[in-house]
Formats: sequence, C-alpha cells, structure tokens
Amino acid sequence: MLTPKGRGSLSDIVFSSMRSSSPTWKLALSTLADDDEDLQITLWALYELHYRGFEDVDDSMEWQPELIELRRSLETSFEHTLRDRAPSVSPDGEFAETFFDFVADHDGPSLASHVHKDADHEQVLELLRMRSIYHLKESDPTTWVVPRLPVRTKAALMELQFDEYGCGDPTRLHAQLFARGMDQCGLRPEYGAYIDDVPLEVLEENNAMSLFGLNRRLRGASLGHLAAFEVTSSIPSRRIAQGFARLGLPDAMIEYYTEHVEADAVHEQLAVRTICGSLLEEEPALRDDVFFGAFTCLDLEDRFAHRMLAEWAA
Amino acid sequence: MSGTEHPDVVLCPGGPMLLRGDHVVQDADGELHHTQRPVSAVCRCGKSGSQPWCDGTHKLIPAKNRP
Repeated sequence: MLTPKGRGSLSDIVFSSMRSSSPTWKLALSTLADDDEDLQITLWALYELHYRGFEDVDDSMEWQPELIELRRSLETSFEHTLRDRAPSVSPDGEFAETFFDFVADHDGPSLASHVHKDADHEQVLELLRMRSIYHLKESDPTTWVVPRLPVRTKAALMELQFDEYGCGDPTRLHAQLFARGMDQCGLRPEYGAYIDDVPLEVLEENNAMSLFGLNRRLRGASLGHLAAFEVTSSIPSRRIAQGFARLGLPDAMIEYYTEHVEADAVHEQLAVRTICGSLLEEEPALRDDVFFGAFTCLDLEDRFAHRMLAEWAA
Repeated sequence: MSGTEHPDVVLCPGGPMLLRGDHVVQDADGELHHTQRPVSAVCRCGKSGSQPWCDGTHKLIPAKNRP
C-alpha cells in the first residue's frame, strides 16, 4: 500500500515528510489539522506504520520520534473527543448481564436491516469498500493488547483470537475470508486499497481500535470495544448474508458473513464472560473503561450508519 | 473458575452451552454435527436458525423464556 492522499494541510505535509529522505519535521509538527478528516487520515497513517506500513515510507519511520510526538498529540485530542461523547458513568450490576443489557438498550440505525431488505447492488459494494479498511486487518488492533493482560484474560483472549486467525489455517483467517469475498465481488482485495474513498466515520472507527490497542492504559477500553463488537455481530451478520443472497453476491462474500453468525455467537460469550469478566475480576478499576470502549464501538457504528443511510437516502 | 481446573463445558446464563475442543453433537432430528472451531456454542433456547449451534437469537426472546 502507498501512503493515502492528503486531506488537508496536516496530512499533506506529514505524508510528504514520511516519504522524504530529508524530511521537514519542524513544519509537520507546527501545522494544525484543517478539520477532523485531515486529523483522522493523518492519525490513521501514523497508526498504519505499526501494522504493515507503506511501500513508499521507510520502515524506520515507525519509531521516528517526531511522528510519535505527533501521533500522541493527535490521539490525545481524539481520545478527549471520544470521552466527551460517552456517558460519564457506567452502569452498576453483575458485569455480564449488565453488559449485554447495555448493548441491547443502545438504540441506533441499522445498516444490516437496510442491506437485508432494501439496499441495491451499488450500495452493498460501497459498504464492502468501507468495511474493507477494517476487515482486511480484522482482529489485529486487539492483538496489541495480548502481552498487557493478566494470565486468565490473556488465555481467554487468545482462545478467541486463535479462531479469528483461522486456527493456524491461513485460508480460514477471517481477514483472508473477506479478501476472497472482495476478489469474487470484483473489488480490490489488497490491504488498505480503498483508504482514499472512506469518510471520516470509517477513519474514526479504525483509529479508535488502534488507539485502544496501542495504549496499554486503555486495555480495558480495547476489550470493551471487542465485546460490544462481538455482541452486535451475529444477528446483523445473518441479515447481511441474507441481503447479499437476495442481491446475488458471490458465495465467498456471503460465507464471510455466514461464518460470523456462528463464530460471533461464541465470541460474544467469550468476550463478555471470559475476557472482560476475568479482566474486571483482576483489575476492577478498569470497569469504566470497558464500558467506555463498548460505548465508543456502538456510537461510532451509529455515526457510520447515519452517514451511509443519509447518503443513500434510505 | 479457580486453581488448576478449566471447564470444557460452560453454561451461559440465558444463552448457549459452550463446548471447548472437538465434539460430535447429535441434534434433535438425530443428525450428527462436528464442531468446527476451538470453542463452539450449542443452542439452548431452541430458537437458533443454525441448529444445533447458537446464532444469538436468544437475545431476541423475552428474558423469562431464555434458558
């Protein structure tokens, strides 16, 4: 993947500095983002240096002090935004039932219902391009958290991640199932291929996962995000699979969603009970962050759904 | 959960039964189903559309009717 297109003053100067053999860090560090989109695409690219990187950026840039300084500044601002959006108090009560109720009580627009009944072919292909930014690195942001966890939580998380990564079989790795589906749909299956097409809401969804995964102090938020993601996956995945079948999408893409009906019915139990449950037994002070991560997952998906449904006038 | 014991079968309140490891499950019609993943969730509410596996449908039925 090459560096994305800049979306404003900050991303323009940062991306050209990242690519340069004699970068001008001073200018990059003194430039302010024009708007949220400029900030988020910059942050996305700074995070990407820790995943697979860019073909046009030297690998050593991953730990370039000026880029780390900039990342820290941008992610601090983003974390404040996310915390301002979230409820200030998390609900009381026995954790697992309270968590399932918290997610069930969250009311938001549903892209899955639209795909199920009403979406047309162009709309679902657009949705897949948007989803590809995450699904082609599915589970990777959560993997950052593994070494930062107490023993029981670490084992529990790996039990789930092992399934996400195909149980050792690369052809069953979830990101690879999605890539195969993209290919059969005539879409580009390469990692990050559609980054220039995605709106602010998709950048925020992806950056929130990296923010939580890459900062040890936010491990509770990362696992809360994971749990909310899993709890809201099985039933919507079935609706999406049925919508794709209605539209005659290729089998490989339908199978990706069918796989998630059963996989995530297991994963939601593991994520809530054995992963977050064991974390909070060991580190009860992280409870608020678990709910913060969960709220962020649900809220960012609402924002994305609002955006797409408005665009499609649905 | 404590000490050196780790369960192979976990009953989730209001939800499925988790099975760790490889098993063959016979459904209500007598058909056999091999587990496909490290942990499998067996439907206990009877409403799953993916029998014998859980598909999350228990969350759509009233709490008093869940297992």
